[in-house]
Amino acid sequence: MRNSFEKELELLNLDIIKMGSMIEDAIDKAIIVLKKQDPEMAKAAIEYDDVIDEMERNIESKCLKLLLHQQPVARDLRLISTALKVITDMERIGDHAADISEIFLRIGQEKYIKELEHIPEMGDIAAKMVRQSVDAFVKRDVAIAERVIEMDNQVDDLFNMLKVDLTDLMIKDKKNIDQAIDFLLIAKYLERIGDHAENIAEWVIFSVTGEHKHIRII
Amino acid sequence: MKNVFNVKNLNLFYGETHALTDVNITLCENEITALIGPSGCGKSSFLRTLNRMNDLIENCKTTGEILFNGENIYGDFDVNLLRKHVGMVFQKPNPFPMSIYDNIAFGPRTHGIKKKSQLDEIVEKSLRDAAMWDEVKDRLKKSAIGLSGGQQQRVCIARALAVAPQVLLMDEPTSALDPISTSKIEDLMNELKEKYTIIIVTHNMQQAARVSDMTAFFLLGEIVEYETTDNLFSLPKDKRTEDYITGRFG
Repeated sequence: MRNSFEKELELLNLDIIKMGSMIEDAIDKAIIVLKKQDPEMAKAAIEYDDVIDEMERNIESKCLKLLLHQQPVARDLRLISTALKVITDMERIGDHAADISEIFLRIGQEKYIKELEHIPEMGDIAAKMVRQSVDAFVKRDVAIAERVIEMDNQVDDLFNMLKVDLTDLMIKDKKNIDQAIDFLLIAKYLERIGDHAENIAEWVIFSVTGEHKHIRII
Repeated sequence: MKNVFNVKNLNLFYGETHALTDVNITLCENEITALIGPSGCGKSSFLRTLNRMNDLIENCKTTGEILFNGENIYGDFDVNLLRKHVGMVFQKPNPFPMSIYDNIAFGPRTHGIKKKSQLDEIVEKSLRDAAMWDEVKDRLKKSAIGLSGGQQQRVCIARALAVAPQVLLMDEPTSALDPISTSKIEDLMNELKEKYTIIIVTHNMQQAARVSDMTAFFLLGEIVEYETTDNLFSLPKDKRTEDYITGRFG
């Protein structure tokens, strides 16, 4: 029964998978821009954010139509409202990934004050968190979502290590301050990407259990 | 919260057909309880046990107990008094072929009230309680049959209220009505529950979610789940309940 509704829900899952993959792509692009110091790649990465924003609007519209037409309850209501919440977090991840490329354009071709340490790793973990939280959403798997939440600690730890390193560099030589601040901002954006991926995982848990951060919402 | 009905091990048979099986449920005062479930699940049969309307059906047999304010209605209980205390509104509006006034006054007159001023007061109060007074106060002598479907249904509600019941049973009261009439009656139910206890059978899942405090899901003559409405419609405990309310079967 409700075959057309089931089809719409499958399509919603596919849209979330597609948007998740775009977000992963955006994070990977941001890290490659930093590694290759390529301004043209940076500009393309910044423009890519428009595509992600369009995807968010698209999915939002589909969710609202589903609420209007199908008046879902129980698991269907939780699924659709979770989709509405996670696309907001995904869109913010896209913004932060583009912000990284924008900051890079300030640094440009300058030699880096230190090797690109911790940042590529933060990017990898953040991308993995996004991939796994989308997986958790599609499979309605609380265990996967809980692992994603744990992974955010790794991103936070790397941020703290980088902050210490950059602070040392600023103390060592005033000339390092400019770039160090830029890298601190880049690291902060990656840390926020981790937070948003954690949010996605938390909403996935809500979608299965009705609880968000251990609080029963409805 | 006071229990108005205490149903214990209720079984109902239509001849050989076992229509209700081991139903146990308590219904609380000043609450709206919705009974939902697929066609033939027993919800209307159950509703009719609460004012013994099933007595009018040949070959219908009940076992078990239904306590109304502590007294077993299938024991030594005056069935006419029961039906005064437990009123009923049906799916198809069924006003009597008489004036609006006489429709409302019919019940009180049957119970011995003759004085005009008393009847006038009861008619006005009942129509006010049914949110109908302003609409019909200038045409009380006109036939109730001439009213719209939604108005007729509210006259039927007023008629049930005229004998000062404690409980109102409503069997799909809005399924034959337009959306605006439905909305008026749903608003009315919300006001009525301050003074009355309401039990409603409905096929409309959204209506059950909107108006009721408690919901009982019936399937094949049994209560599968009985929960607060918010809980049942957001996080049902039983998979059968979830499959029904999400439209996967039924």
